[in-house]
Amino acid sequence: MSEQAPILRIEGLHVRLPAGADRAFAVEDANLELHANETLCVVGESGSGKSLTARAVLGLLPKPHVVASAGRIDFAGRDLLQLDADGLRKVRGAEIAMVFQEPMTALNPLMTVGAQIEEVLDVHGALKPRERRSRVLALLEDVHLPDPERIARAYPHQISGGQRQRAMIAMALILEPKLLIADEPTTALDVTTQAQILKLVRELQRKRGTAVMFITHDFGVVADIADRVAVMRHGRVVETGTAESVLTRPAHPYTRALIAAVPPLAPPERPPAQHAPDCLAVRHLHKSFHVGGAWTGGRGKVVQAVRDVSFRLARGETLGIVGESGSGKSTVARCLVRLINADEGEISLGDVDLRALSARELRPVRRRIQMVFQDPYGSLNPRYRVGRIVAEGPIVNGTPVERAYARARELLELVGLDARAADRFPHEFSGGQRQRIGIARALALDPEVLVADEPVSALDVSVQAQVLELLASVRDRLQLSIVFITHDLRVAAQVCDWIAVMQRGEVVEYGRTSSVFESPRHAYTRELLESIPGRNWSLGAARSNFSDGAHPATS
Amino acid sequence: MTAEQATASPAGSAWRDAWRPFWRRFRRNRAAVAGLIILAAIALIAAGADVLRPGDPFRLAGQPFAPPFGAFLFGTDSLGRDVAAGMVHGARTSLLIGLVATVAAVLLGTLIGGVAGYYGGWLDDLLMRVTEIFQTIPFFIFAILLVAILKPSIGSIVFAIAIVSWPGVARLVRGEFLSLRGREYVQASIVMGMPDARVIFLQILPNALSPIIVTGSLMIATAILTESALAFLGLSDPNVMSWGFQIGSGRTHLRTAWWVCTFPGLAIVLTALAINLVGEGLNDALNPRLRDR
Repeated sequence: MSEQAPILRIEGLHVRLPAGADRAFAVEDANLELHANETLCVVGESGSGKSLTARAVLGLLPKPHVVASAGRIDFAGRDLLQLDADGLRKVRGAEIAMVFQEPMTALNPLMTVGAQIEEVLDVHGALKPRERRSRVLALLEDVHLPDPERIARAYPHQISGGQRQRAMIAMALILEPKLLIADEPTTALDVTTQAQILKLVRELQRKRGTAVMFITHDFGVVADIADRVAVMRHGRVVETGTAESVLTRPAHPYTRALIAAVPPLAPPERPPAQHAPDCLAVRHLHKSFHVGGAWTGGRGKVVQAVRDVSFRLARGETLGIVGESGSGKSTVARCLVRLINADEGEISLGDVDLRALSARELRPVRRRIQMVFQDPYGSLNPRYRVGRIVAEGPIVNGTPVERAYARARELLELVGLDARAADRFPHEFSGGQRQRIGIARALALDPEVLVADEPVSALDVSVQAQVLELLASVRDRLQLSIVFITHDLRVAAQVCDWIAVMQRGEVVEYGRTSSVFESPRHAYTRELLESIPGRNWSLGAARSNFSDGAHPATS
Repeated sequence: MTAEQATASPAGSAWRDAWRPFWRRFRRNRAAVAGLIILAAIALIAAGADVLRPGDPFRLAGQPFAPPFGAFLFGTDSLGRDVAAGMVHGARTSLLIGLVATVAAVLLGTLIGGVAGYYGGWLDDLLMRVTEIFQTIPFFIFAILLVAILKPSIGSIVFAIAIVSWPGVARLVRGEFLSLRGREYVQASIVMGMPDARVIFLQILPNALSPIIVTGSLMIATAILTESALAFLGLSDPNVMSWGFQIGSGRTHLRTAWWVCTFPGLAIVLTALAINLVGEGLNDALNPRLRDR
């Protein structure tokens, strides 16, 4: 970018893993350069070594098992790998600062926010005690926290996730470091909050000329914030370049595959519904939770999780319920499959009202509405073989055992696994494969409706695209109706015919996917759409892809 | 039931798959292996009691207060009973009571804790308050009380020990169930229409088994100590020889005939130690957080 010497130069970095790990080096021969006043995005999927590269810079590798075994990390004329503990301590915080992913656990819950930021000054012996306080307040103001006085006095649990992340950034920047390392700082945040934090990082970086090394898995975030991009895969840097060139003219096939796997924002053309009859109709659903113990006699707080939610779903169609955390979308999913009981309303599955059934009456009906869960690691019983996990549902519902196992094998093939997978245990599979098993398990009961609660949120983008494709193909083949719960509007645009946007327990907008995306009526929907990372890049890319005739989701 | 039969074979080999790494981890703890060997030796002696020292252990075998390592290996007591014979037969009593009482306590505790943890709500509140009532009574005094009311016999001692031991298991199992019932695979089982009993016993319980086994193994030692303490106070089945009874009957002669108390006492110490070592070993081998370190 500039002719100046880079602030940070990583040369031939190797990070060795302990014997017995799945590969010898977590990071292999990594070369990166970062200049002042520049944001470098290190992007890659899980296990690519991007986080360990960042940690190696600060000497935060999990010693003694994982060590930087070769290479140099030159920062301001010193090789950080050669520094002793004392030397590193002087660099950390003062010259290089770090922001972590999880703002709740990165802050000490027993100290007020203000005291924690002051502590950084204290540790590095900067400023007189009297000046520190005003400095902290000025910085809290800089990161756009409302009422800095109050925030400084608050404990971490008393402020929201976005505010905590702002406080973390304030803490990182208080000594005016030359380099800020941010490790997935927005991954745990809602999309609207993420957009605000990205804007803040960009603004502070411009104002202070800080160099930012930003670790992320999300190409949308890259498009919004990066000056330069480094793509990592299996510990190697496969491509580096300016954001503009990597995003629009990716050279390496892996980069191309990753970018293609990002769901485009424009909903794909789907044939309009053939007026199929309604399969699922939800009317005026209410659910509130009582917070507080049994001994307080119901005097605790009441939280309205779901308020007057209604929607209908025809056979073979997909309804997306989108919203941020706490919007009540997962509560709706759990009410639908009666994992929790709604307080009021009607859930009509064909001609039965699920909500009105007793536990005994419900059991035979349950097979008609099945669920796919979010966590590919927690949703399969680790003690049983995959065949049994898939066959269990039909067996419980009276299918002869032999036939249930045979069907399980068929289903495993249907979801793109080998029938021999039936004889293996869940831990032998990757996250994406486990999610396929979870889908096979739900399909084993021949349901009419599939409720999928964030089914791809825990997966890497490339795997995510495959699982979405699988869901779409089984939907079309088996004429399933799907209720698709997600926080990711890109995903929703790809798979849903209808979209219901939820905010604070209410559906604020409900309509055809294309009309919700093209002409959102509610202010909150507009805010959500504008917060999607990489929105402009995607819209631009969609146009250029169109002219190529290529559809990214099918590659 | 056909389901259980058909899945028996994959479950059987699954068990074998789980066994091998478990044994490898257990073996790594030398002390636990030593404990296991001691425990096996004691069990062998108990099993072979009638061969090693045939006849009634209460029989008067020789002169009172015969010193050890002479005609009698561990000497005789105030009435001329062979101490070694008493110990060999007492081993049976101790191990039997320890095992049966622990199994009973673990079953009861698992059932109550499992139901409380799985169903939650008012049932959980009710069961946990009842458990707490049991926990507020000092356990040894409670055991004395129960045995005194019921007349000392093997059955009443087992009953008393089980009654004072289950609350700990119930609390442990409740905690495990509370966290496991929120797991997605358990929710998936509910959604597919599985009856509650099947969810509890086939989905949740197998995943909660490790801590239950570890606690149970350590409880055996406590049960043996409790039995000995009760017998020491004279609250034992008068027709059954036990280590605690031997110590109780020899305590007044401790200064003149030290061997009457000492050898049964050592047997208790050794057994309790061995069981604790094995329990620790089980904990290391079954606790996933310590695995493959």
